[in-house]
Amino acid sequence: MSFLKRSPWLVHYDASSCNGCDIEVLACLTPIYDVERFGILNIGNPKHADILVITGSINEQNKEVVLNIYNQMANPKVVVAVGICATSGGVFADCYNVMGGIDKLIPVDVYVPGCAARPESIIDGIVTSLGILEQKYKDRELKKKQDKK
Amino acid sequence: MNYLWIALSFIILAPIEGGLLTGIDRILSARFQGRVGPPLLQPFYDVFKLLQKENTIVTRSQNFYILGFLIFIIITGVLFFCGVDILLVIFVLTLASIFLVLGGYSTHSPYSYIGSERELILMMSYEPMVLLTAIGIYMATGSFSLADIISSGTPVIAYIPGVFIGFVYIILIKFRKSPFDLSMSHHAHQEVVRGIATEFNGRALAMIEISHWYENIFLLGVVYLFFAFNPILGLFMTLVVYFLSIVVDNVSARFKWQLVFKSSWLVAVIFGIINIVVLYVLKMGWK
Repeated sequence: MSFLKRSPWLVHYDASSCNGCDIEVLACLTPIYDVERFGILNIGNPKHADILVITGSINEQNKEVVLNIYNQMANPKVVVAVGICATSGGVFADCYNVMGGIDKLIPVDVYVPGCAARPESIIDGIVTSLGILEQKYKDRELKKKQDKK
Repeated sequence: MNYLWIALSFIILAPIEGGLLTGIDRILSARFQGRVGPPLLQPFYDVFKLLQKENTIVTRSQNFYILGFLIFIIITGVLFFCGVDILLVIFVLTLASIFLVLGGYSTHSPYSYIGSERELILMMSYEPMVLLTAIGIYMATGSFSLADIISSGTPVIAYIPGVFIGFVYIILIKFRKSPFDLSMSHHAHQEVVRGIATEFNGRALAMIEISHWYENIFLLGVVYLFFAFNPILGLFMTLVVYFLSIVVDNVSARFKWQLVFKSSWLVAVIFGIINIVVLYVLKMGWK
């Protein structure tokens, strides 16, 4: 049995977001929504995190940072793109400096569209990502067994 | 044979109790903040999850130090509950803390450096009061041996109430509770990421977490020592001290290291030394 579902820790990165989605992500931690009910902690350290929550789009300046955070996270890990900018670039898609959604740079597992994404849909997205996290753990264990053979 | 059973039951039961206390802590903290909070078994879920995660390291030796930390914390607790010399227990505890600091330094991350340096300052802050506690208990009961202290039936708290207040003050540092959570708190992630624990993940972080549970149980054991003449009162007071630490955790902001250092030495002098001097004069008279 995997305990990843029971205790997902997330790290939140603001990639050139307008702060709308960031405030909604932080709203999930407040008494009204209280994601700690599900054992979710905003851990702030990529090395300890299971879920990378990114708001805003990728641009030339922050792509190194996003890659760095992603590579520091220990497997199994999932990426949740929150807000329309993170999923596709949104209204900023045609800007000269914007590369587009997060999936231009790293594999995204769950897209949470919206401008700004509502806390309910963010929590829904994160809970959906837990299933993917579980699947990734199982795949990893299977691969380990096969490698041993 | 008897010692073996004590050691085994400490090794098995202490993390269960420690984890449950941490779970209660998290629920109570959430309720103070008007939230529902995580399930009671959340700390166990966290640790089991960490054991399932990939283990990445920066330096080859880093997990060795953390293993040393865990082992010496366990030895501290085992020695304590087996009733040996209280001074030995205190110095083994210091050794365990040094392993954690070495682990923090070994990873060469600026955040774990800051965390380790702060941890050293915290050690400098609480060590005098820990030693004064040992001296105070010796003054009250006439023995450093824990077995004798328990069996003497002396109401230790009646002799050294000041030392007890000082010890409760520094127990907050050892619990890594809010005014003193400088070195590895996840609440301070804007400041030091995770301090000493920044570069540890997977198994090593789980070991740090489990050591913390062992340490908490050991510290509550020292609180019990003050009330050992009445076991029910003793257990009740350990819970009172733990609850107090949760309240303080929730109502206070993080101190700067200067304030931690000054305040804990001030408490050690005002409550610890004065209490011990008064007790000395009462027992020996002016000679």
